[in-house]
Amino acid sequence: MSGDHSQDPHRHLTRGGGPLRIGIGGPVGSGKTALVAALCRALGDEVSIGVVTNDIYTTEDADFLRRHAVLPDERIVAVQTGCCPHTAIRDDITANLDAVEDLVERLPGLEIVLVESGGDNLTASFSRGLVDVQIFVVDVAGGDKVPRKGGPGVTGADLLVVNKTDLAPLVGADLAVMRADADRVRSGRPVVLMSLREDPGASAVRAWVLAHLQEHLHDGLHHGAGDEAPHPSGRAGA
Amino acid sequence: MTSSSVPVPDRTAVLLALADQRLPSGGHIHSGGIEQAVEAGLVRDTATLRGFLHRRLCSAGRVAAAVTAAAVTLGAADVAGLDAETDARLPSPAQRAASRSQGRGLLRLARAAWAAPHPGLAWADLGPRPHHPVVLGCAARAAGADAAGAALVAAYLSIAGPATAAQRLLALDPVAVASVTFSLSDELAAVAAGAAPGPGTWANLADDGDPLLDLLAEQHAARAGTLFAS
Repeated sequence: MSGDHSQDPHRHLTRGGGPLRIGIGGPVGSGKTALVAALCRALGDEVSIGVVTNDIYTTEDADFLRRHAVLPDERIVAVQTGCCPHTAIRDDITANLDAVEDLVERLPGLEIVLVESGGDNLTASFSRGLVDVQIFVVDVAGGDKVPRKGGPGVTGADLLVVNKTDLAPLVGADLAVMRADADRVRSGRPVVLMSLREDPGASAVRAWVLAHLQEHLHDGLHHGAGDEAPHPSGRAGA
Repeated sequence: MTSSSVPVPDRTAVLLALADQRLPSGGHIHSGGIEQAVEAGLVRDTATLRGFLHRRLCSAGRVAAAVTAAAVTLGAADVAGLDAETDARLPSPAQRAASRSQGRGLLRLARAAWAAPHPGLAWADLGPRPHHPVVLGCAARAAGADAAGAALVAAYLSIAGPATAAQRLLALDPVAVASVTFSLSDELAAVAAGAAPGPGTWANLADDGDPLLDLLAEQHAARAGTLFAS
């Protein structure tokens, strides 16, 4: 089956057919996996979601998601990154494309795939060949200079999430400074300051994801003609 | 009289691109047994790395080069036969899986780059997960390269990926690792030269196996907490 699509290598993954692919990157410990879990909980009942994790040691993040039962096991895939998670999401995305393709084949009607990168540094970013949009997650405890320092993730991601705002008083971080610096380096692209501890549903990120899903489905209808039709009823299936 | 013939363009640049470690076809997540060899203490430094790479070149590399060379002239009717012959030369299921995984990645790239291997063969004829050397030979053919060049690329890739994996795993001096690769160039050329497809039958394809590589691949597949897929 997968051998029959014509010469576009990403044909059944791209607009007009496949799910919305969202990259979630950021430094170690900033809350990427927790955000993925929160989104699965907040959206899993109304949207068909799959998750691809890129771990240093293979399955740690996938195991976390399975343990917390945010999604059925078959919706979570871990890929190995050959000692270099950054390469696997940007320079040679083959293993991740394979994983997304496998999810698409296995789960008809899949609407969103969350691709979580392994914890990396501020230069990590996803290839546009792998994801449609990307979220970069940093945290307050990493220091309030992080937004100012920039880097492709902070400046170029479609959404910047500054997590763990509840820790700001404890680590002496100035949220106003982080907000202002982020806005300055991001040319108007959206920034969300939040605390998953205080807002376990990640409501602002959830709303952003749903808006992109609507746009993706709309584009799919208009550019469509793929062999796997988009879901005209929006996020009906689960 | 020479002016009437169309010159055949040199395809060396295509071969260089196919042999490039940065070619986005999924090779970087495979170590070719190096990760398990490091775990077992068999590869510890550039000297033991060179020994491992030479051994790999003379077994897995020889087979990969032969299958790649055969695939350059592959016809649609022979796809299943060459696939079965390749399976037969990879007794370890983990090695077969690694070969097919890398074949799938290279196929995605090849079908984006070239319409077909040649007019008598479509990419879809190879199936969704062909062996890597089969796709490599077809890609070389699609690009207009010959069997000798394709075999050289296959032989080189059989050690280049593992060398890089060792560099990452052991934090070896990259200059020293590059020197090891250079030092094997005569052996590489010999393996490639020996890969010329024999007349008619697949039985002439190289079948040099190495139980150590089979064992390492199986041990690696069974172990939790690995960095590489193979």
